[in-house]
Amino acid sequence: MIPPPFTYVAPQSLPEALSLLQQHGSDAKLMAGGQSLIPLMKFRLASPKYVIDLRKVPGLDTLEERDGHLVIGAMVREAAIEHSPLLQQRYTGLVEASEVVADPIVRNFATLGGNLAHADPANDHPAMMLALRAQIVAASLKGQRHISIDDFLVDTFETSLAPDEALVEIRIPHPPQHTGSAYIKLERKVGDYAIAAVGAQVTLHGQTCTHVGLGLTNVGPKAIRPTEAEQFLVGKQLDEQTIREAARLAGEAAEPTSDLRGPAEYKRGVVRTLTARALRLAAERAQKG
Amino acid sequence: MATDLHAFGKSVKRREDPRFIRGKGTYIDDIKLPGMIYMDIVRSPYAHAKILKIDASKALALPGVLAVITGKDLDAYKLAWMPTLMSDTQMVLPIDRVVYQSQEVAAVIATERYIAADAVALVEVEYEPLPPVVDPYKALEPDAPLVRPDHADKKTNHIWHWESGDKARTDQLFNEAEVVVKEHMYLPRIHVSSIETCGCVASFDKVNGKLTVWMTTQAPHAIRTVFSLVTAASAVGQIPEHKIRIISPDIGGGFGGKVPVYPGYVIATAASVLTGLPVKWIEDRSENLQADSFARDYHMDVELAGKRDGTITAMRVKTLADHGSADAAANPSKFPAGLFNVCTGSYQIQAAHIEVDGVYTNKPPGGVAYRCSFRVTEAVHAIERIVDRMAQELKMDPAELRLKNFIPPDKFPYKSATGWEYDSGNYPAALKLAMEKIGYADLRKEQAEKRARGELMGIGISTFTEIVGAGPSHTFDILGIKMFDSAEIRVHPTGSAIVRIGVQTQGQGHETTFAQIVAEELGLPVDNITVEHGDTDTAPYGLGTYASRSTPTAGAATAMAARKIREKAKLIAAHLLEASPDDIEWVDYKFQVKGAPGRSKTMADVAFAAYTNHPQGMEAGLEAVDYYDPPNLTFPFGAYICVVDIDRGTGAVKIRRFVAVDDCGNIINPMIVDGQIHGGLTMGMAPALLEGIFYDENGNIQQGTFMDYLLPTSMETPAWETDKTCTPSPHHPLGAKGVGESATVGAPPAIANAVVDALSHLGVTHLDIPITPWKVYEILQAHGLTEV
Amino acid sequence: MTQHVQVTLNGKPFQADVEDRLLLVHFIREVANLTGTHIGCDTTSCGACTVLVNGVPAKSCTLLAAQVDGAEIQTVEGLEQDGKLHPIQEGFYEEHGLQCGFCTPGMMLVGKALLEQNPNPTEAEVRHAISGNLCRCTGYVNIVKAIQYAGKKMSAPAPEPVEVK
Repeated sequence: MIPPPFTYVAPQSLPEALSLLQQHGSDAKLMAGGQSLIPLMKFRLASPKYVIDLRKVPGLDTLEERDGHLVIGAMVREAAIEHSPLLQQRYTGLVEASEVVADPIVRNFATLGGNLAHADPANDHPAMMLALRAQIVAASLKGQRHISIDDFLVDTFETSLAPDEALVEIRIPHPPQHTGSAYIKLERKVGDYAIAAVGAQVTLHGQTCTHVGLGLTNVGPKAIRPTEAEQFLVGKQLDEQTIREAARLAGEAAEPTSDLRGPAEYKRGVVRTLTARALRLAAERAQKG
Repeated sequence: MATDLHAFGKSVKRREDPRFIRGKGTYIDDIKLPGMIYMDIVRSPYAHAKILKIDASKALALPGVLAVITGKDLDAYKLAWMPTLMSDTQMVLPIDRVVYQSQEVAAVIATERYIAADAVALVEVEYEPLPPVVDPYKALEPDAPLVRPDHADKKTNHIWHWESGDKARTDQLFNEAEVVVKEHMYLPRIHVSSIETCGCVASFDKVNGKLTVWMTTQAPHAIRTVFSLVTAASAVGQIPEHKIRIISPDIGGGFGGKVPVYPGYVIATAASVLTGLPVKWIEDRSENLQADSFARDYHMDVELAGKRDGTITAMRVKTLADHGSADAAANPSKFPAGLFNVCTGSYQIQAAHIEVDGVYTNKPPGGVAYRCSFRVTEAVHAIERIVDRMAQELKMDPAELRLKNFIPPDKFPYKSATGWEYDSGNYPAALKLAMEKIGYADLRKEQAEKRARGELMGIGISTFTEIVGAGPSHTFDILGIKMFDSAEIRVHPTGSAIVRIGVQTQGQGHETTFAQIVAEELGLPVDNITVEHGDTDTAPYGLGTYASRSTPTAGAATAMAARKIREKAKLIAAHLLEASPDDIEWVDYKFQVKGAPGRSKTMADVAFAAYTNHPQGMEAGLEAVDYYDPPNLTFPFGAYICVVDIDRGTGAVKIRRFVAVDDCGNIINPMIVDGQIHGGLTMGMAPALLEGIFYDENGNIQQGTFMDYLLPTSMETPAWETDKTCTPSPHHPLGAKGVGESATVGAPPAIANAVVDALSHLGVTHLDIPITPWKVYEILQAHGLTEV
Repeated sequence: MTQHVQVTLNGKPFQADVEDRLLLVHFIREVANLTGTHIGCDTTSCGACTVLVNGVPAKSCTLLAAQVDGAEIQTVEGLEQDGKLHPIQEGFYEEHGLQCGFCTPGMMLVGKALLEQNPNPTEAEVRHAISGNLCRCTGYVNIVKAIQYAGKKMSAPAPEPVEVK
């Protein structure tokens, strides 16, 4: 319940934060909302000597469309995403993923950036970002670079961020017309991590699917992109038959383990169900927009 | 308000609320005393291990750490072991071996809470793991390791055997039966998880030798007596009861989890006695879940015998009770399996035979808690599940089978096959009301239509009889202390009163309901009556609040004390009215001269006179004490109906509707009773669908935090629909019965029955709770009924 | 390793030098001596510690005091103003929205924040808003009613004071 002692710093600029990160290396942890870090510290599962709080760093709370992308700063709170009218229409899946992170109070402080950087396979956003073909912007004293979400997510609690890098922005390509997205999560109760969850984004040309993005949550060491399922659907009509086959393929791509959220084969079944449901919903939304 | 004296049966707003809504309650962690120091506990990661070495040097070197207490330290004072409420023994701190994961191993005392936590992390304990006993059936095998080698006379892990009923007659009826159904039912461990955890502030005043302990306890007087006896058996020297004061402050939920004596209380008290400083100990949630007050863990083989026409004739139950590493259940002493033999339920069953065997395992000790009413949750689950099973076997509607077998209303008082005398009941009325409210006939039609289309919905019924108000002194005691309860009322000259009771609220609203009883009996405004409890220096001796006993026992004592006052008041009124006491009657909250209603005196008039103008030869004052020995328990009952829909894609069960009809006799405050039902239903749903504590083969708890021990939120909890019937208790002075646990007792089988009902056409006859989505999905998969 | 934390606490300035690691809930309970905010778990699950930080509900057990330096904090003790109860407090009193009272401060603050955004919430909206707060006693039914009662009170033109004894 009580964290071990540490030194807290709240730098006033990004270069200052990055400088501290470089200086202290693995003795330091960056903190965004703290809603994952502080619970770990309370159980003494994480005991950084330095906690670098990003809350005073300007420019990390962007939430706007720019250069054909939705640009989201690392410190944008889940609640801001959840309640953003801008996002409801064209980035529905992202909103739905935010809506199911933890509970409404935690979402007032938890951030999208923190959720991605923590790379807990149980976190909801990584899978949705896979489906949305997002990019991560990482910054260090050496400069900035863009990392595709597929390359960013390496393993359980492991991203491709270098020890001296901070995630500063997330960029999601502005979806073309007739694109819809959805995120559906099955949880044991509200506030829990997913038994399994699926994010889907679909672009339709008439009845034919021209683009599909899928992501699976908490059924593997990291979020999974079921590429066979995606490739199967491209160029086909989205109907019950194709949806079910895509769902089956997504299930095959999952690598679930048996644990307190259910047996592995159960989770695979849930992936099939939720993939089908997410595709139907995304398609319905694509038809409208 | 002040001018309307009718208080009984009204939804009076609560006296407790003004302080709670302002955040001015005084819960245990709110108590701060000058010089107070903090205690935190080092706990075992192993379920079963030898302690080879405890090295506290690093902890002691931390500035602010005052002491590290081990079992060896306590043993020097003969305090390493303590008695449990069932006359077993339990370690306070171990000397050389631990017997459950998260067992207390050492205690750190420090000047600050944060330093105490740091010190716990610095204590180094060397263990030699031993093979743990986790499966209670394996615990009884001849080569099983012994959990309690300290019980030198025991060569096995078997604790006790208990039987009830008529074996010969039961066997005969089973042999003659046309139909027999049998199921193995497991009710897993669950945990009360009140939002406030347990804790204490122990403060020993060395100057006047007085020990004061603020404690999250539902039974402060019993604790005081136990503490005095424990100190007598120790080398600390007895602290006599008049030098011990136990105070229950505001308690954030009890539900039975705040009845046992936990090692933390004893260590903190010992630390205070030795240092003369106040010592605070507050457990974390993980500690609370992993080490305290479990409930259930009953493995039951349940059988029902009957005729083809649906007449139930006999019941047989054989149960293995997993008590963990000590029998620390808070049962009345003659009932190691609590009131489990009320399991013949609401039905006319000719004979029953019940056997329960208690067994030790390497798990935390316990376990009656979680609103179980002394194992009535287990009993009702057994009967209500097996009755549905019988209905399924006979292809009979489960409501029809129940109506056919109910004890008819005119057969009360009814002596059950296991010897309980039910005071009153009208089961058909309750069930019929529930069926009407939920639209039972239409639901069965809907179910048939849906089933034809492959959609899965189920309807589950539970018609339970509860047994509360322990209890009559000829049968009920805890550690020898009889289970009466008490009330003391003193009326002041200006017409207000103070009431002190021997029970202890943890949210049930006693400060309001007991004031209502006195207001009604004495004709004083409710606002003029204050209720106190929880301080053993002032409250009369009581056995505390649990097992829904407060209204049946202390409520009765309060009414009886009030009536004693009214008797004396009548004499004073007669004196004031210059009439004979035989000519005085109590009408409309006034003492009136018979035949002359204009000549009357109020209780307020009498109260003033009791101090200023009392009759010659009579003592002044207006007060009374009553210690109430209930002649019987009371038997509230209910009929619950639950409708569920099953998602074929995920196995998830959703409660569509839940109607609860409860009967607890005469109701003091309907608003408070409804609140108890809402909360009780939620704590009945939770074990049915979400909560359960399981251990792996190494004795590691799998649900040690709220991340995996799943309390329902507002989203999982349905909008409960409630209603009432009223069948008063013939023996209770107010016609009232207890009610606090009815819903937790009655709800789980209603839900389990609904899910089984949804799947019964597939041949499913039983599902153990908690009914997880994957349990259901696997059944659907086996029948090719999953959908995507 | 200390931080100087300066906040506005229930409308009044409050500051103290505290350990870097001090949790906000302990800052409130032990340093500011306001014990109406409670601790019910250690996994950010129960919400008994909920306070308002800049008007927004926060689980104070999962924030450092240092993280809210400069912020406006409201605890349950700040609901009553000049001896007058806030409608949310009246609602809980009128609708029996509490039993043991331990989760109540958190529930009321979440309710208040909801009503300031949505003065007339449906039952579903209330249940959603309080889904991060656990209650063991009430089964949530009357908590929903209490919050809806308060909403009506807050929207009413000239609220009458309720006597809470």
